[in-house]
Amino acid sequence: MSEKPHIDRQHGQQLFRDMLRIRRFEAKCAELYQGQKIRGFLHLYDGEEAVAVGIMQALEERDAIVATYRDHGHAIARGLPMGSLMAEMFGKVEGCSRGRGGSMHFFDRARRFYGGNAIVGGGLPLSIGIALADKELRPGAVTACFFGEGAAGEGEFHESMNLAELWELPVIFVCENNLYAMGMPLELAEAETDIFRKAQAYRMPSEKVDGMNPVAVEAAARRAVERARGGKGPSFLECRTYRFRAHSMFDAQLYRTKEEIALWKERDPVPRMQAWLEENHMLSAEELKRIEDQVDVEIDAAVTFAEAGQWEKVEDLERFVLMDEVPQ
Amino acid sequence: MSSPVAKPVRMSYREACRQAIRDALTNDPRTFLMGEDVGLYGGCYAVTKGLLDEFGPRRIRDTPLSESAFVGAGIGAAIAGMHPIVEIMTCNFSLLALDQLLNNAASIAHMSGGQFAVPLVIRMATGAGRQLAAQHSHSLEGWYAHIPGLKVLAPGTVEDARHMLRSALADPNPVLIFEHIVLYNVEDELDPAVESVDIGSAKIRRPGRDVSVLAYGNSLPKALAAADTLAKEGIEAEVVDIRVLRPLDNATIFESVTRTRRCIIVDEGWKSGSISAEIAARLSENLFFELDAPIRRICSREVPIPYSRHMEEAALPQTSAIIESARTLIGSR
Repeated sequence: MSEKPHIDRQHGQQLFRDMLRIRRFEAKCAELYQGQKIRGFLHLYDGEEAVAVGIMQALEERDAIVATYRDHGHAIARGLPMGSLMAEMFGKVEGCSRGRGGSMHFFDRARRFYGGNAIVGGGLPLSIGIALADKELRPGAVTACFFGEGAAGEGEFHESMNLAELWELPVIFVCENNLYAMGMPLELAEAETDIFRKAQAYRMPSEKVDGMNPVAVEAAARRAVERARGGKGPSFLECRTYRFRAHSMFDAQLYRTKEEIALWKERDPVPRMQAWLEENHMLSAEELKRIEDQVDVEIDAAVTFAEAGQWEKVEDLERFVLMDEVPQ
Repeated sequence: MSSPVAKPVRMSYREACRQAIRDALTNDPRTFLMGEDVGLYGGCYAVTKGLLDEFGPRRIRDTPLSESAFVGAGIGAAIAGMHPIVEIMTCNFSLLALDQLLNNAASIAHMSGGQFAVPLVIRMATGAGRQLAAQHSHSLEGWYAHIPGLKVLAPGTVEDARHMLRSALADPNPVLIFEHIVLYNVEDELDPAVESVDIGSAKIRRPGRDVSVLAYGNSLPKALAAADTLAKEGIEAEVVDIRVLRPLDNATIFESVTRTRRCIIVDEGWKSGSISAEIAARLSENLFFELDAPIRRICSREVPIPYSRHMEEAALPQTSAIIESARTLIGSR
């Protein structure tokens, strides 16, 4: 097993920068939602940034990602251009899914980003198939499949765990356990609240990870990816994390207390990473300012790009219901 | 040496399905078959018997009883570059995979703005007639024909069983093929000159001037038998094999009904909200003034299909009902 990855100045700053990009992007999304530029359902990733950012460190261009409807963090950490994400949420044709999917359904063929899936558990079987294809067509490639702990209640979760291990498929199952399936508390939903133990029942290497710490997530992801690339099959990471905002924009949060939220905010990965870098003299005030400015410029540019985008022609409504050919 | 003139080959619908799969596996290294009991057991209806020995466990994958996972895996493999064939033992079990079929297979191309296609073929057994009772006898192809993004085929002849798979695999979209359980034992002569069939159109199986009988699957032989009897009475029924339930071939169906001015639709699905309802609605919308008589439908009775033989027969469309219906329609002329 690899030890904790060595975090040098550059890498530490990169982890911090990517988490900050997500955090500020989400803040901008909330603002634009209030301004009615973004409509539909909007699920923000604040609090869970360390998971997506940590996992992506271990992945390469050849690898695949299956995401959930809370997919902004996964997409940004994977490197999907923010402009294409913002345009998607504005419903513009320049969006990463031509405005067809919105916030919950980001897709990007070039980056092997196989969609935010809005059916809880629905992405797990897809990841099995992608990994099966990769075994034939792209040996060594790995699929990271994200889902929340709510998925553990679905049959598709268990069916997929079994098949992945049975067929020794190169999948990293990333459970983002934020303790609530929408408003359903974990302890009211599951007889076994340690989700990683469910994977153990399928004889899958499995561990509980501090999902508020990108370095811990990265270390676990590297171990899992190494196993998968080496033909040793899937792994399961239960990343314990917390969602700081409401489930979506329509949620009075009656199911949890302000005290609980405050307690988790003490572990907020973004300021903690910043403090850690500063304490270790890996982030100067000038560097921090530069990173923050860069992030703000990137987000402003994304909004400008989305504003300038075009509406897809209504005549194209039925285009792509059936495809004329398989895109290469 | 002159090339030998190929003789017609006699084979069963089951063997035709098997040959089609064998061809597909031979011709495309990206094709594999997976499903329950397709390997060691040889297929619940013995379609895939022998293929495991021939192609090995990487190409013929036995799956656990996990319809949602292996259908979803087929979709995932298809969007990542393979051309899989998934077998669902019967369409009754496909309900366990409905999430994957509708929310992923049928939606991903459109929802992703055309970035991904799902070149997947799913075969499943459908229909009643073997006393298998309610949970193994339903005809759900009409349900699937409701869904944009899917293509739905129902081979009613040995020739279509032999050649539809190839066309389906060449299609960039998810294609569902419904094989009728009663047809597996039916034998027919295959014309060796035919190497492919068009999966975009219905086909006139017997021309006639007096009434169009539209049917598919195991209702097709019933319609043809009815037409034989009617011919002896001087009624010339035109039998149209619908065979593509989605997208429906309006042109062939409308052309036939415009000529005969009368139409009977035979459908093993339940009448309410069925594919026969859809066809009847299209005919009313488009050919109202061409019709000389009301459209008739012969469908399954609206019950879970029962076990007992006489009750099962009473629940299903029968040749006698088609004959009766045609006589009534012609009598009204």
